[in-house]
Amino acid sequence: MNKGQGATVFAFGLLAPAILYILVIVAYPLVETINLSFTDAALKPTTNWVGMANYTKIFAGNFDEIILRTFVWTFFSVLIKMIIGVGAAMLLNAAIPGRTLFRILLMPPWIVPMAIGIFMWGWMYNGQFGMISGLLQNFGIIDRPVAFLAHGDTAFWATIVTDVWIGVPLVTLYMLAAIQSIPKDLYEAAWVDGAGRFYRFRRITLPMIVPSLLTMSMLSLIATFNSFDIIWILTRGGPSGETTTMIIDTYKTAIGSYKYGEGAARAVLICIFLSIFCFFYFRLVNRLSPGTTK
Amino acid sequence: MSKKNNTPMIDRYSLLEKIGIYFGIFLLLFYCLSPFIEGLLVSLKPLSLLFSSPYSFWPKGGSLDSYHAIWERVPMLGRYIFNSLFISVIVTAITMLIAIPAAYAFARFEFPFRGPLLGGFLAVNMFSGAVLLIPLFRLMRSMGVLNTYFAMIVPGVAFLIPTAIWLMRAYFLRIPKELEEAAWVDGASRLYILRRVILPLAMPGITVAAIATFIGVYAGQFVFALTFNSKSEYAPLTTGLFAFFGRQEVLWNELMAASFVGITPALLIIVFLQRYLVAGLTAGAVKE
Repeated sequence: MNKGQGATVFAFGLLAPAILYILVIVAYPLVETINLSFTDAALKPTTNWVGMANYTKIFAGNFDEIILRTFVWTFFSVLIKMIIGVGAAMLLNAAIPGRTLFRILLMPPWIVPMAIGIFMWGWMYNGQFGMISGLLQNFGIIDRPVAFLAHGDTAFWATIVTDVWIGVPLVTLYMLAAIQSIPKDLYEAAWVDGAGRFYRFRRITLPMIVPSLLTMSMLSLIATFNSFDIIWILTRGGPSGETTTMIIDTYKTAIGSYKYGEGAARAVLICIFLSIFCFFYFRLVNRLSPGTTK
Repeated sequence: MSKKNNTPMIDRYSLLEKIGIYFGIFLLLFYCLSPFIEGLLVSLKPLSLLFSSPYSFWPKGGSLDSYHAIWERVPMLGRYIFNSLFISVIVTAITMLIAIPAAYAFARFEFPFRGPLLGGFLAVNMFSGAVLLIPLFRLMRSMGVLNTYFAMIVPGVAFLIPTAIWLMRAYFLRIPKELEEAAWVDGASRLYILRRVILPLAMPGITVAAIATFIGVYAGQFVFALTFNSKSEYAPLTTGLFAFFGRQEVLWNELMAASFVGITPALLIIVFLQRYLVAGLTAGAVKE
């Protein structure tokens, strides 16, 4: 019943709504973005074809700086998420009383609306009266209040810390599942042979979770590269552009200044980077488990 | 092994290891929960204590005043809460309606372009809506749905379909084929088999996908609401409160109080449903 012409017709009938929806809401806008990127579309009534002008204009500006910043920001955010995620998964996998409760307590940053969590970080970073500045002063680590979001360096790292905070629960849950799927006999055999806990982690756990680690890193990379809410709410790309990533710059240009054409050119560049990541992701998934997407 | 303690030897920890594990978990949970703890304490503090140096952690002279004041200060708060939940429920329903048949097709049928099509759906995941905002904005405008619920619902669904398909496909794959074949031999139609054989069996998987979708839309709703809707009567909690966050003088204690009141209904729903989610997600991940 699952092969042949009848089955094909039925399958496409089942798929039709999903395919149509994606065509209209994702594929068409994608093509339209590429089209717009070669025009001077803006709020004015007429739109002219301008060829590569938008692209040359972008690279005449400081866009290379923004690209570099986006990559550095994304790199550190993903790296820290993966380190904390694996560590947290190991801790929450330990056979200790209360671990079910601890696993639940990890979830709020993921479940609460991102924007609400970010508001709370906004207060934590407050210079004069915020918790982080206050506690660091109480412990004598800094001697005067630091307004974390008002200086380029600290704002850059503050937005990373918040991005990591939102990403950690999902990474941990995923890595926890990966650790739990490792056969128990491996550990028991190693234990009988006298292998210590750290040795077992290095020689069994780590090699066994590498596929999941790579997959999650790629997924996290794509999500982090797209990160918009955190920076927009905390700094709007400021102070003086120090936290402006490609997405933020695109939004400011297109929605903030109504320069649709120039914004679209930026969006196209983002899509090119994303396609490269996506290409590597699919190659990775196919190599790790051949046939998943076939 | 002694009879009193039936923990396997391999799972026993020395005192030092135990201290290390609990200390690590403490640090982790401190990181995850401190914004909420601080937010809760702030919501109890009067503004004068909030804006005083040196920093004091405990809300001395704390009160629930903020929780009374917000209903005056944010008169639409109830509406925002409703909008958030309403949009999330509708988006989840439409997503499931579209994704269930698609996931079933990918799990069970052989047809041309199956691999590339599935890959195409998954590739949608790499775009956040933010990249496609410009044409989406023009599309919404030409459809005449800017500043309505639809402006937030229609694009929201598109970016949740792929994950929902992926989650449910994994579940459909685990249902034995023999059941459908038996029904097929008895002369049942394909549609009948889907409705009467597959759907009831797949309910746990569908539930997980629905909860994951609900959390995805509820936790993520911001950029579409920010860009496509400027009417506060349709604003979800996030953009509704963002208007207060953006002001020069932020009344932090009331903003925090409004945030906590705002997220409570959804948190109650999610806490109630979370055991289905964790069980389903880990089961799916292990079996994959």
